[in-house]
Amino acid sequence: MARSRLDRRPPGVPPPSGGLRRAILAIERVTKEAIWDCRMCGQCILHSTGMSCPMRCPKNLRNGPCGGVLQDGNCEVLPDRPCVWVQAWRGSRMMPVWRDHLLHIQKPVDWRLQGTSSWENLLMGRDGEAPAGWDGARGEARRA
Amino acid sequence: MSTARSHLHRLFMDGAFVVTAELGTTDSADPSSVGAMLEPLRSNVDAVNCTDNSAAHPHLSALAAARLVIEAGMEPIQQFACRDRNRLALQADLLGAAALGVRNVCLMTGDDVTAGDHKEAKPIYDLDSIHLLRIARIMRDEGTYLSGRRLDVPPSFLIGAVENPFAPPLEFRPMRLGKKIEAGAEFIQTQICFNVPVMRLFMARAGDLGLLDGVPILGGVFVLRSAKAARYLRDQVPGIDVPDAVMERIGSMPAERQAEEGISIAVEIVEELRGIPGIRGIHLMSIRNEEAIVRVVREAGLLPRPGTTADVR
Repeated sequence: MARSRLDRRPPGVPPPSGGLRRAILAIERVTKEAIWDCRMCGQCILHSTGMSCPMRCPKNLRNGPCGGVLQDGNCEVLPDRPCVWVQAWRGSRMMPVWRDHLLHIQKPVDWRLQGTSSWENLLMGRDGEAPAGWDGARGEARRA
Repeated sequence: MSTARSHLHRLFMDGAFVVTAELGTTDSADPSSVGAMLEPLRSNVDAVNCTDNSAAHPHLSALAAARLVIEAGMEPIQQFACRDRNRLALQADLLGAAALGVRNVCLMTGDDVTAGDHKEAKPIYDLDSIHLLRIARIMRDEGTYLSGRRLDVPPSFLIGAVENPFAPPLEFRPMRLGKKIEAGAEFIQTQICFNVPVMRLFMARAGDLGLLDGVPILGGVFVLRSAKAARYLRDQVPGIDVPDAVMERIGSMPAERQAEEGISIAVEIVEELRGIPGIRGIHLMSIRNEEAIVRVVREAGLLPRPGTTADVR
């Protein structure tokens, strides 16, 4: 299948053309959309956010709630819906191993991975890569 | 680091109780509009915040306002919101601000576009506030962009952040403060405080987490002009907790005395905040009411302000 001219996936992420790839993508999409209202960012951190998908946050926040959460715990942008980060906080309290992952600093989103399979990206190590400067001197030492 | 990065930094290093104020927004292409709002604040506050399209309304840009503040001989804290720019534009503007003499920046997510007058706009949110804090520190301390590409001369500004102790999930707020400090925040300005007990609890928890030693926290205080303003803050500005006691107190006053009562409330909150361990200053806000800000500073006994911006470098 030819790559669409508008396809913004990084060169290293082939489109899900093969049967197996396509099946994985379809299974991930169907199950995660149904259960977590997943937005297919391709770099899943659900286990670190109390199983509340941070991409549902209208501000796409990956590191915690904004300051605009309403007093009743609902979202400032969608006032009839609970803040996904209030849900993340509650959910994280019930997580086994990943309870304190809410305190981890999550790297910026790689928008090229939008719509790809995070399972495949995880297996291929594609979602672990932060921009070269992100880790600063530590990253440089590691790369050296 | 022994050299202060800014006048504000010098005051933090000296352990002074700091007073900052938010500069009103202007929709004027006339630079004197900034000067007019600035003049009452001169010598009465230590630094002024230049907001970045506050409440998601476009105004004179924060960078332009900050430069005008510098030209007026005062010190700006330039705010950067993640709402309107992606990582390229934010990094470019951080560097540009430094080149134009801005020595304090304050980095935040920003109100959503739906809070403003261009609700149909595309919200950006390429980064969140914690990403931006980390990237500002990378630019300053590592001398590179996020991509790893080298800066010729890195910025040297002091990096601040905001936190809202009054919005749910309250238990997580001190931990979020910790994440911001870990990401690179060197001072914090809080959301408007009308509920001192909640602030006290937040600060106590932050203290338990060991967050109060190196990072000064400025308590946000709003000077109300009327009961209507209090209702507006409570009902229209997301994330602000205005307790019923405050609403009743200002609402029970006749209209012509509400402004005075607003000043009294602000002075009392400033005095209470001063007594909370870890609160190292206040950040005063109003809506186009600089005279009232100055009265609060005076009546809280915070005048004269120490030193001038001339003591840096």
